[in-house]
Amino acid sequence: MPDTAPVPIQALRGDLDATVGSLMAELEALGRIIADARLEVAALKADDIDAPDIPAATDELAAIVSHTAQATHEILDSCESLTNISDQLEQQHAQPLQHAITRIYEACSFQDITGQRIAKVVAALQAVERRIAGARQSMETRPPVVSATQPESLLNGPQMPGAGISQSAIDALFD
Amino acid sequence: MSFDHNIKVLVVDDYKTMTRIIRNLLKQIDVNDSDEASDGHEALAKLRAGNFGLVISDWNMQPMTGLDLLKEVRADARLKHLPFIMVTAESKTENVVAAKQAGVSNYIVKPFNAETLREKIAKVMVHA
Repeated sequence: MPDTAPVPIQALRGDLDATVGSLMAELEALGRIIADARLEVAALKADDIDAPDIPAATDELAAIVSHTAQATHEILDSCESLTNISDQLEQQHAQPLQHAITRIYEACSFQDITGQRIAKVVAALQAVERRIAGARQSMETRPPVVSATQPESLLNGPQMPGAGISQSAIDALFD
Repeated sequence: MSFDHNIKVLVVDDYKTMTRIIRNLLKQIDVNDSDEASDGHEALAKLRAGNFGLVISDWNMQPMTGLDLLKEVRADARLKHLPFIMVTAESKTENVVAAKQAGVSNYIVKPFNAETLREKIAKVMVHA
C-alpha cells in the first residue's frame, strides 16, 4: 500500500521554482488560518446563544408589548370614566378636565409606536437566530441572507427621529 | 376651518388600542359617530354596507394593508370619492408618495394630536 501521508511543502521546495513554492506556502498558511477560524467559530458555543438567550429575549420583548398594552387599556378605561364625570360638570370645570383627557389620549399612542419598534427588534433577533441555526447546520455553506424587515418594501415602521418625513413636509405635498 | 361633525367615520386598525385612542380623540373633537374595523377586509364589508363619510386607516395591517384598502376603495364605483385619511407610523417619503398616487385624501404621521386630526378632517371634508 502506498504511503499517502502528506509530503511537507518544505521537502518539495527544492523541486519547484521559487514562485510556485512561495505560492504554495501562502496557500498552506491560508489553510491554517481557515482551520483556526473554524475552531474559533465552533468555540463561540452557538448552541448556547441559539437555545435559551435569543428566544428568551424575544419573549421578554413580547411581554413588554403585552404589559404596556394592558396598562394603556386601563388608562383609557380611566379616561372614559373621567369623560363621563366631565359631562356632568359645569363648563368652567369640564373644559380643563377635557383638555387633560385629550392630552392623555394623545400620549397613549406611545404604545402603538413602541409596539412597532419592538416588533422590528424582535424581527432582527429572529433573523440572527436563523443565521446562527444556519451556520450551525452547515459550516461549509453560507446561510442565505435573511432580511430583518418585512418583505413588503413600504412596510418600514416608525423611523428614528429625523429619519422620516415630518408632518409639515407631508402637509406640503397635499397643499 | 369647520366641517360637518355628523359624519360617520370608519376607523381601521388591527391594533385595538389605536382604534380606541382614535375613536376617543374623535369624540374629543365632537365627532361622535364612529365605527371600527380590525382589518382591510372587514373595513371593505362595512364600507359597502354602511353610509360612511370618512375612512381613517392605519397602513401597517395584515393581510390587507392600508394602502391595499385605499386602492380597493378607489377602485369601487360607490366608494371611490370617499375621503380617506392614512394615519400611520410609516413616515418615509416613498410611503407618502405611494399613498398620494393611490388617491389618499390626507396623511397623518403617528404620534399625532387631536388638533392635527381635527385639522386634517376639516381639510378633506371641505374637498369632499
